[in-house]
Amino acid sequence: MKWILVAVIVACTTVGEILQAKGMRQQGEIDDFHPGALRRVLAAMARNRTIILSVACMAVSFFSFMALLSIADVSFAVPATAASYVFETILAKFLLRERISPRRWMGASLVACGVALLSA
Amino acid sequence: MQATSTRPLLKTRVFTLIVILANVLGDSFLRMGMRQVGPIVSASPLAYVTAFLNPWVAVGVSLLVLWMLSHMALLSWADLSYVLPVTSIGYALVALAGHLFLHEAVSLTRWTGILLIVGGVILVGRTEFNTTAPAARKN
Repeated sequence: MKWILVAVIVACTTVGEILQAKGMRQQGEIDDFHPGALRRVLAAMARNRTIILSVACMAVSFFSFMALLSIADVSFAVPATAASYVFETILAKFLLRERISPRRWMGASLVACGVALLSA
Repeated sequence: MQATSTRPLLKTRVFTLIVILANVLGDSFLRMGMRQVGPIVSASPLAYVTAFLNPWVAVGVSLLVLWMLSHMALLSWADLSYVLPVTSIGYALVALAGHLFLHEAVSLTRWTGILLIVGGVILVGRTEFNTTAPAARKN
């Protein structure tokens, strides 16, 4: 059961964040922070299917994480999030066409290892 | 950095800071509140509503909403492969705060983890935050 939840969390976080990044890019850079402009952006986001789907994925991932915490320790639950870093960085390169320099690869790997160690 | 303007960089730094602080504080308040409320064993939605009446839980959830919105705003112009590692410095901050304020013991393994995260964040932080085509400006 623990491992099923971990798989669900990693899959939903990865898909959810990739979709969120994609949806927000479609939305365009947010540059006007007046209340009226922000309200218009929020209304447009609520109609963007990619963003709706991403929020649904994040919600599944959030509740699965709560469920995992209720049956397992934080020290078991957190390394699961470290795995999604690796997947997300790879998908960001291929699906979002981000250029990932060697320096960024190295930094992202260090962070993933660090997060995994923190829970040890 | 693209262009010569420092404003996009400043905006990125400010939003990164908001994302990190809202996440760390929101999580801490939520945990503190849930400890007072106790485990939710009932499947009834009423149990969740009661949990929200706890001020710590309410503040925690509000901060997590702020976290999600500022994270989304940041992603509207910055790379996911930049935002993801940089904002995870929050994990290291939580561990450090536990050591400084709650006097929790930090094992050698965890110190190594904290150092790796800080090092990784410094590396990623020195890369360009937007490597895709300039984000379309709709406003």
